[in-house]
Amino acid sequence: MKRAKVAYAGAIHEATPHGGGAVRLADGRVVREDALVWLPPFEVGTVIALGLNYAEHAKELALNSQQEPLVFLKGPGTLLGHRGQTRRPRDVSFMHYECELAVVIGRTAANVSRSDALSHVAGYCIANDYAIRDYLENWYRPNLRVKSRDGATALGPWFVDAADVADPNALDLRTFVNGRQTQAGNTSQMIFGVSQLIEYLSAFMTLSAGDVLLTGTPQGVANVAAGDEVACEIEGLGRLVNTIVGDDAFGI
Amino acid sequence: MAVGTSMAPYADLRSIPMDVAPYRLSGAVYGAMLNHRSALAVLGDQVGKPPYNAAPKAPVLQIKPRNTFALSGDIIAVPQGVDELEVAANLGLVIGRTACRVTREDALDHVAGYLIVVDVSVPYAGHHRPQIRCKARDGFCPLGPRVTARALAPDPGALRIRTRIDGVLAQAADTAALIRPAAELLAAVTEFMTLRPGDVLAMGAAAPAPRARPGQTVVVEIDGLGALSNRFLGTGS
Repeated sequence: MKRAKVAYAGAIHEATPHGGGAVRLADGRVVREDALVWLPPFEVGTVIALGLNYAEHAKELALNSQQEPLVFLKGPGTLLGHRGQTRRPRDVSFMHYECELAVVIGRTAANVSRSDALSHVAGYCIANDYAIRDYLENWYRPNLRVKSRDGATALGPWFVDAADVADPNALDLRTFVNGRQTQAGNTSQMIFGVSQLIEYLSAFMTLSAGDVLLTGTPQGVANVAAGDEVACEIEGLGRLVNTIVGDDAFGI
Repeated sequence: MAVGTSMAPYADLRSIPMDVAPYRLSGAVYGAMLNHRSALAVLGDQVGKPPYNAAPKAPVLQIKPRNTFALSGDIIAVPQGVDELEVAANLGLVIGRTACRVTREDALDHVAGYLIVVDVSVPYAGHHRPQIRCKARDGFCPLGPRVTARALAPDPGALRIRTRIDGVLAQAADTAALIRPAAELLAAVTEFMTLRPGDVLAMGAAAPAPRARPGQTVVVEIDGLGALSNRFLGTGS
């Protein structure tokens, strides 16, 4: 089952796909998808992100892949839903999207083995984990100024039940900028797969329902400009659209 | 202060008393790293060498996630195979009003109050990568013991932070030695990251951090803000 969290006509609703560019609210109303405000589709706890988890992407950044997962955390203010806007400061030269499989924890996970890991997953969604490389510094890299910026992590559109995803390690990912495909990969190319990541993380930190793992991005990141529409797709999970906006919209 | 027997994780931050109605802690806890002069000083000329190549420009921040929260009295588990833990005592700001791109001049108007934040880590070498495995373990962020309203607190730029291990003074640090004091730090952080009511921003600790072994009790005290007491125990004990 796919579920979204949307704001419509003065309240927040759960919504399901209806077809024909519309969604059905839990109360029965059918609404065009562009007439809604889409929020992150679940109550988000700790946001745990992976860097350099696809070998080809690591090479693209001229970095060696890790012996141990490269993990960083993101704050709540960075989250956006589907059809959100992400700011590109005018003084930067390289801001890029990152299409990623987001794994949502469904029940408490501490010291979970690889073989049992997927039983702790509630579901999946698409994440677009923007980065502004101009702001990278070599201290606790990637630093929050690069990775935990306001409105720079889109999640959605749907929360997809784990039962509907046969194998999270065999999903195609694609990104389109203004309709042109720029990024392609498959979650099978992850260096550390979903079960391995849950085993690794839960060995030192207890994961709770709502915690989300952003599992890294394949090769094909490209610079985006104000006005660009960025669409991230993952097989079976849908299409997450985001628009880049300039400083003017923020009065900067 | 009484030492309890409850084991973190999942301290409920709502149980921290607030002198500042109606704010509650949001659960977002950020910490400035390398923001105390001593923290860069201990690195010496490494700062300009690989992998860092230059001193930090923007604030260096970490996030302490919700599984790390602990209260005064909670026991902190020392992982198996680890002899001792670093205990980095911080002054924490509690945000009272949404702070987005604030100026230095009006930054402190966005602060509701202060508390103590203890950043516990498995000792690690190097500051190049986020070190989540060493810093985001269950119970590794005791905070409290209450939020003291800004109006009732002393000048945040002139506080002494004392860390005692089994009653012996292990470190005394001054907030006067912060590289970015509260107003500057808030201005620099909110340039890219909005802070919301109840968010906590730890200001940065002095280095080298004292270390606690299993069986020891650490008490961190800040002038006017009270004290946090936590006992460290091996996971086998």
